[in-house]
Amino acid sequence: MNAKIGMLSQKQEPGAKLPHEMLIRRTEGWQLINLSELYRYRDLLWFLTWKNVKVLYAQSVIGIGWAVLQPLLSMLVFTIVFGMFAKMESDGVPYALFSFCALVPWAYFSNSLLETGNSLVAQADMLSKVYFPRLVLPLSAILAKLVDLGIALVVLAGMMLWYQRAPTIGIVVLPLLVVIMMMTAGGLGMILTSLAIQYRDVKHAMNFLVQLLMYAAPVVYPASFVPEWLQPYYALNPMVGVIEGFRAALLGTRPMPWDWILTGFLIAIVVFLIGLLQFRSQERIFADVA
Amino acid sequence: MSPVIQVSNLSKAYRIGKKLERADSLVGLLRDTLTAPLRNLRMMRHPASAESERDKELHWALRDVSFDLQKGEVLGVIGRNGAGKSTLLKILSRISEPTSGEVKITGRVASLLEVGTGFHPELTGRENVYLNGTILGMRKKEIDHKFDEIAEFSGVEKFLDTAVKRYSSGMKVRLAFAVAAHLDPEILIIDEVLAVGDASFQKRCIDRMLEISREGRTILFVSHNIDLVDRLCNRAIVLRGGGLEFKGNVQDAIACYMAEDSQQGTVRDLTRHVRSGDGRARFVQVEIQNAAGHPCDFHSIGETVRVVMTLDVNFELKDVGIAVVLSSASGNRVVTSWNREADTSFHFNQGQHRIYCEFEDLKLRPGHELWVSLWMEDTGSVVDHVESVTEIRSRAHDEASRKLSTDRAQGVIALNQRWGLDRRNPATTKNLGGSL
Repeated sequence: MNAKIGMLSQKQEPGAKLPHEMLIRRTEGWQLINLSELYRYRDLLWFLTWKNVKVLYAQSVIGIGWAVLQPLLSMLVFTIVFGMFAKMESDGVPYALFSFCALVPWAYFSNSLLETGNSLVAQADMLSKVYFPRLVLPLSAILAKLVDLGIALVVLAGMMLWYQRAPTIGIVVLPLLVVIMMMTAGGLGMILTSLAIQYRDVKHAMNFLVQLLMYAAPVVYPASFVPEWLQPYYALNPMVGVIEGFRAALLGTRPMPWDWILTGFLIAIVVFLIGLLQFRSQERIFADVA
Repeated sequence: MSPVIQVSNLSKAYRIGKKLERADSLVGLLRDTLTAPLRNLRMMRHPASAESERDKELHWALRDVSFDLQKGEVLGVIGRNGAGKSTLLKILSRISEPTSGEVKITGRVASLLEVGTGFHPELTGRENVYLNGTILGMRKKEIDHKFDEIAEFSGVEKFLDTAVKRYSSGMKVRLAFAVAAHLDPEILIIDEVLAVGDASFQKRCIDRMLEISREGRTILFVSHNIDLVDRLCNRAIVLRGGGLEFKGNVQDAIACYMAEDSQQGTVRDLTRHVRSGDGRARFVQVEIQNAAGHPCDFHSIGETVRVVMTLDVNFELKDVGIAVVLSSASGNRVVTSWNREADTSFHFNQGQHRIYCEFEDLKLRPGHELWVSLWMEDTGSVVDHVESVTEIRSRAHDEASRKLSTDRAQGVIALNQRWGLDRRNPATTKNLGGSL
């Protein structure tokens, strides 16, 4: 019976035809990414992502609500504090819409950064019990958060209907903006998570870092507040291009900031590559320190 | 025929010790980085001591181990706790990397160090089968194919769409093992921890392993249960202190493993053992003796066992509490004995002291072992604590002890027992009869 099943599965597995050879030894120096191995484990990536999504919503009382509530409540607070009390300018759109349009991408970015940063520590027991490409842990964290982003975007669409704002043609850029966020959050997250598993205090630093980063991006204020000479440097933060891009695409507050988006995209690629390199070079000690 | 696993000169070092300990927080790392020049200067002044210092900081969990495994072989790896078994297992499973040496593996490998890795309580049984299966390296299609068989094997078919948090622990283990048992590798690496759980589950694990080995698959089985190795394996290696002590047929390997203690003596040196406590006094030696005070490799069932401890006392201690904790090989605490319960109090001046703790009439089931951990405290603060420092092993030596079951599922200890018909209080039976 089992032998029969065994033969069936060998037909399924193309790799089984050739003897599968493997050499285990100390790895030296920098490693980039083992794409073929990652591809072989794509089903694991999918199921881990699915688990992250399902567990998040199964464990909270209001289920899917958190994806919506978190940016909504922040928007409420910001609208009262910055919009009503401080009379912050909002490029000619209602402040609530102005800030929510930034909070949707920001919530995705900050949550995936935190989630990715925690991904190894949270699953340390798996690290020391079984081998799999460690990269699937941070990657599945970024992917799982896309569900939140999708839900938040639906709410944003509802708000735009309410305020009767139509998106511009720039909306076609949104996928690129999302990719920039994924790469930036993923790159930073991989650096943080490979540190977090070795040093206990990284976790605290991480929360603090994310809070600070929000003020380095035009979430509560318009980017036009930043002095012109400073703007090219300001745009080194990929989230500047992303958030202003969201506003340009959905609210039409300004022309699409192509130069910022390009800068952000390049930075995102660099951050992602550095994150990969760091993660892969530390990977071999994860199980020993976990 | 060329071997499917070829291990050559495999070594793995861990860094231990206080002085050069790696910082485990960023703040600590910063401090270490700032003080590094100072440390290096100190080392430059005393290069010889620095060299030996550095050497002492390294713990070789595995040193220069080489062996081959042919296709279809079932190789047992035996050795005591700390002999390097789990390290070897982790390297072969690619979980941790060797410090030097290499392993060449030909064929698809699956390693089972634990069943149910990655099981999540919120997911349903079905989802966990897929998640766990892919973690173990299966493809989704492969699981699709075997799903019905896995479900049937687990015996929890009815609950597959229920969240695993509502499962009993037995159901969880059965489902997890069902997934593991349907991995279809050419080479299977198994840890003994798999063989925990209730007796019927153990039997099932073992039967399944025998079945796999009959199918001509190659198995590497790590254990310190000699009986299991004897039944399952056709060749074995013995590890000791990280080194390869023996490779060859199972009987000789077992003999070598058993002989280990008489070679190294029964006195265990604890000065380099991992410990906790404030260090005002330390356990430095421990020995298992028989009633006559002779060292005892194997405890004769039903006789007295003495645990003799040597303490180095650095500060005067009054009214010290000392506990001897006995645990089974799977790590479950069996019994704790401490001096306060026996109305013995100890006061120590500075210096070395030897104390003993005697267990009368100990009945440890033959073939089993009890791990000894030692613990010392005074008025609430832990002075010294060392885990699994030595073990009491037993062997059947007379008619009575040969009657004791060796089955681990029956517990590791037997009590003094007397059985008979109860005639002392006939009134009870009468009452019972009346009510019926």
